[in-house]
Amino acid sequence: MVLQAVFMLFSAMAVGAALAVVTNKNIFHSALFLVVALLGVAGLYVLLEAPFIAVVQVLIYVGAISTLILFAIMLTRRLMDASERQRNEQWFISAIVAVGLFIVLVLSVGQVHWPVVHTDVPENHLNRLGQDLMEHYVLPFEVTAVLLLAALVGAIVIARERTR
Amino acid sequence: MLSDYVFIGLFAIVAAIFPFAGFAVSYLVRPKRPDPVKSDVYECGMKPIGEAWVQFKVQYYLYALIFVIFDVMSVFLFPWAVAYHTLGLYALVEMCIFLGILVGGLIYAWRKGALRWV
Amino acid sequence: MIPLHWFLIVAAALFCIGLYGVLSRRNAVGILMGIELMLNAVNVNLVAFWRYLDPLESLGQVFVLFVLAVAAAEAAVGLALIIAIYRNRDTIIVEDIDLMKW
Repeated sequence: MVLQAVFMLFSAMAVGAALAVVTNKNIFHSALFLVVALLGVAGLYVLLEAPFIAVVQVLIYVGAISTLILFAIMLTRRLMDASERQRNEQWFISAIVAVGLFIVLVLSVGQVHWPVVHTDVPENHLNRLGQDLMEHYVLPFEVTAVLLLAALVGAIVIARERTR
Repeated sequence: MLSDYVFIGLFAIVAAIFPFAGFAVSYLVRPKRPDPVKSDVYECGMKPIGEAWVQFKVQYYLYALIFVIFDVMSVFLFPWAVAYHTLGLYALVEMCIFLGILVGGLIYAWRKGALRWV
Repeated sequence: MIPLHWFLIVAAALFCIGLYGVLSRRNAVGILMGIELMLNAVNVNLVAFWRYLDPLESLGQVFVLFVLAVAAAEAAVGLALIIAIYRNRDTIIVEDIDLMKW
């Protein structure tokens, strides 16, 4: 019962803040609401007994990516004032599409019978995660390093100002 | 298992109340004698020039970018460190390759002057 | 225990909100924030399915880690592109960046 209440709290936090992200007129405030939404999602991970993923969520999304977004907004700040129109002409159609997709998803989620298993998460599952990452998923792991390298080099080349 | 998080929840609630309590107490006990000079906006004793939303330098973004990349790297380091004792030498080699690739990126950023503050 | 449906419905709501943000924002940074919301919804789904259908394996969590890495790379390059466009064209309103349209 308490668990359900906590779930409601976190999901209300995530969904409410996400609504604020997409509807707020001031893009800077949207970015701050994005932080709240991401924290709510981290709470959901805790409820799913994935504490490592929850910490990673706080570390990467809340700590790093939102900082990056805030810096990008400050660098392009001329468009931040609330007088600027933030929605395009097709916003109403977009809203209908989004609501329609939501209804379809909710209906289809209710239709499927998920083969839920009632087992606890093993105590040492982080150990298991490390082992699998090093044994079964070595190639994706190393490719991730190449991806991050490409992102780092590419973003520096693109974002740097041409001096000299 | 989940009951361990009660303390974190309590901590978060207290941490959220703390700044509000501080402001509320100082609001209640402070003397209220506002005058136009006192409520003026100031910056290091000077009148502020222009608005607060000044243009930031792209250097801020480059630092944040490098931080993000190495933040993601540390996330992959953690499960490896936890499972280190049950893994063989090959895991160490794999992690060295992983780190070597990313250190190459750091050296590139350094050479390109992305770490220099101009 | 919380039913699996609840998590899936919250994830669906987050995904649709993000989709609305992507389709309706004029500011390119706003579009990127919508994409981040959608990626988060996908991650919630992955972790929920891992917990309820396959908690003894680690596949769900490994997948979440890779999605996170890709999301970080996407945000870094995407925002760098937006900054470069702002520097060259002095706008990040996506409707004004229409050089290739006819």
